[in-house]
Amino acid sequence: MSTPVSTAGTSGTSSGAGDGLLEVSGLMKYFPVTRGVIFRQKIGAVQAVDKVDFSVPAGRTLGLVGESGCGKTTTGRLLTRLLEPTGGRIMFEGRDITHLSMGKMRPLRRDIQMIFQDPYSSLNPRHTVGGIVGAPLRLQKVKTEKGIKATVQELLELVGLNPEHYNRYPHEFSGGQRQRIGIARTLALRPKLIVADEPVSALDVSIQAQVINLLEDLQSELGLTYVVIAHDLSVVRHISDQVAVMYLGKIVELAGRDQLYAKPRHPYTVALMSAVPVPEPVRVEGRRGRRERIRLAGDVPSPLNPPAACRFHTRCWKAQEVCRTQEPPLAELVSGHKVACHFPENTDAVP
Amino acid sequence: MPDTLLEVRDLRIQFPTNDGLVKAVDGVSFTLDRGATLGIVGESGSGKSVTSLGIMGLHQGTNAQITGSIQLDGEELVGAPSSRVRELRGSKMAMIFQDPLSAMHPYYTVGAQIAEAYLVHNQVDRKTARKHAVDMLGRVGIPQPAARVDDYPHQFSGGMRQRAMIAMALSCDPELLIADEPTTALDVTVQAQILDLIWDLQQEYHSAVIIITHDLGVVAELSDDILVMYAGRTAEYGKAEDVFDRPGHPYTWGLLASMPRIDEARLERLLPISGTPPSLIRVPSGCPFHPRCRYAGLTDGRSQTEVPNLREVEPGHLVACHLTADQRRTARAEQLLGDVGTPAVQTRQGDV
Repeated sequence: MSTPVSTAGTSGTSSGAGDGLLEVSGLMKYFPVTRGVIFRQKIGAVQAVDKVDFSVPAGRTLGLVGESGCGKTTTGRLLTRLLEPTGGRIMFEGRDITHLSMGKMRPLRRDIQMIFQDPYSSLNPRHTVGGIVGAPLRLQKVKTEKGIKATVQELLELVGLNPEHYNRYPHEFSGGQRQRIGIARTLALRPKLIVADEPVSALDVSIQAQVINLLEDLQSELGLTYVVIAHDLSVVRHISDQVAVMYLGKIVELAGRDQLYAKPRHPYTVALMSAVPVPEPVRVEGRRGRRERIRLAGDVPSPLNPPAACRFHTRCWKAQEVCRTQEPPLAELVSGHKVACHFPENTDAVP
Repeated sequence: MPDTLLEVRDLRIQFPTNDGLVKAVDGVSFTLDRGATLGIVGESGSGKSVTSLGIMGLHQGTNAQITGSIQLDGEELVGAPSSRVRELRGSKMAMIFQDPLSAMHPYYTVGAQIAEAYLVHNQVDRKTARKHAVDMLGRVGIPQPAARVDDYPHQFSGGMRQRAMIAMALSCDPELLIADEPTTALDVTVQAQILDLIWDLQQEYHSAVIIITHDLGVVAELSDDILVMYAGRTAEYGKAEDVFDRPGHPYTWGLLASMPRIDEARLERLLPISGTPPSLIRVPSGCPFHPRCRYAGLTDGRSQTEVPNLREVEPGHLVACHLTADQRRTARAEQLLGDVGTPAVQTRQGDV
């Protein structure tokens, strides 16, 4: 597979394969499962992420959505190189960063940053806000015009916090404010790419909207590129330009946001969307009723021993013999809409 | 014919602390009929869980001060001897907790934990109790219940654990079931399975259910009535369709507007509620929501000084807000058009 090398600083309007800020092809992560203490034997592997391809153009947002155990968080950690990929390739600004050493990766950490899910455990309780937000600047030995303190105060203001709270500790802040502190730290080095792992799922509903709006404002002001990992389909729809749906380590559907939500094609995506509770009561003859929805039976199979061929066939209502024997490739059905399924839904014409 | 199972009147639950008195629940009233479902909605710290623990009598042994009245089937629970509440708990009322992994004991098998309540409340031997546990596991949809009954909680997946917890709660056929965030820790497809299960079991047992959640979607799925709580008080209370179709409190509008919806056109921008929920030690004077309310300025200062009483805006639909009917109509229309003018607090400066 050829991956054209693009020049650094790709314009934000580019789209399609080959010219994204971030290009991922065939990305894999297998975690070995071992037995024994002295004589360690490898008895299998958890196929957390298995041959995933996508690209994110500069200035855009890719949403990675799926249920727990689908590999979305592992994918995020591979992108930020917090985990070592088992296979595949990650290209950032046309440069292969898949197996860069710690030392070679360090300067790149300025460009690739992460927002964590839990604002309670991701901030050190013994450090002040100033210390936390200024840490990346100190670690990277970035010289700032007005010194670290002034820069940190600017960052706090940028995320909607009071710059005078520089000397306070994390416990003095609410959950939403802590998430803002985390975002300020992420922005300290002016990254190009931000991987946000469940950035709002630990927050209250009214605060979620504040943080989502903040992320959108920052994107348009600073030209950031996001990979947003979330399980909440409505949040992903709100924030993303492109959405990738993952199931058991594979991308099963990848499309533009409006296309995906208007016409989901993979049966899993259809089921996932129909499972989302809607804040509108159903009434049948004056009594409460139930919404019609697709019900998936059982649980997600173990990634230690995923089903052969199409991984969804054990829970799919459309599954036939071919689904058990042949793996469907992630193919472009309509322009910009990729699906890995033998019998996709919502197709206009029968092929 | 509706017959009332639970009647809560002017419930107040307060905790004295070194920093001051925490008014976790401050004058909440509601009634619940047999076979009906009440949804209690609110953000963290709104007092919804404290209310449910109060009903279950689980504040015993803490320094909670409980006043008001909780009548279960005509029997007063506030001030009742703890031995009596203990008899009722498990047999007549039961609870499902949010996180089944931490609510179950890791050292005992799932079956033993389900059988325990049945043994305590019924005069049966262990064998019968174990058989009952297998039945219950089958009833809540665990495949091969006879084999899984001897599994430990860690051998179950999250959804199965929540099913086992429901089996535990239902083992004595309770008349009142309280579900505190029953699906928050679960994935959406599993959440849909659990909501279905609660629905089906309610139809089968005709029990009354209180479902406590922050997710308006989940309450809309299951509830007949809805109680919106804010800072320990009732902001809005009414039939589910009234509250969702014609919400009357600016806080309820805020909640509805701040969540992205999958069933409607995507908004360019969400409309968050500015600010953060108040501290329960220093609840704002007057209407507790006034510092975050866009419309507090319309009430000639009454929002800041006077606590709004629950008023009926239509039959059976109560709202605690100072806005007049006209003001509310205009404000709501503005809200729906997305024309909210200058917010009271700059949205960027959301917190603080």
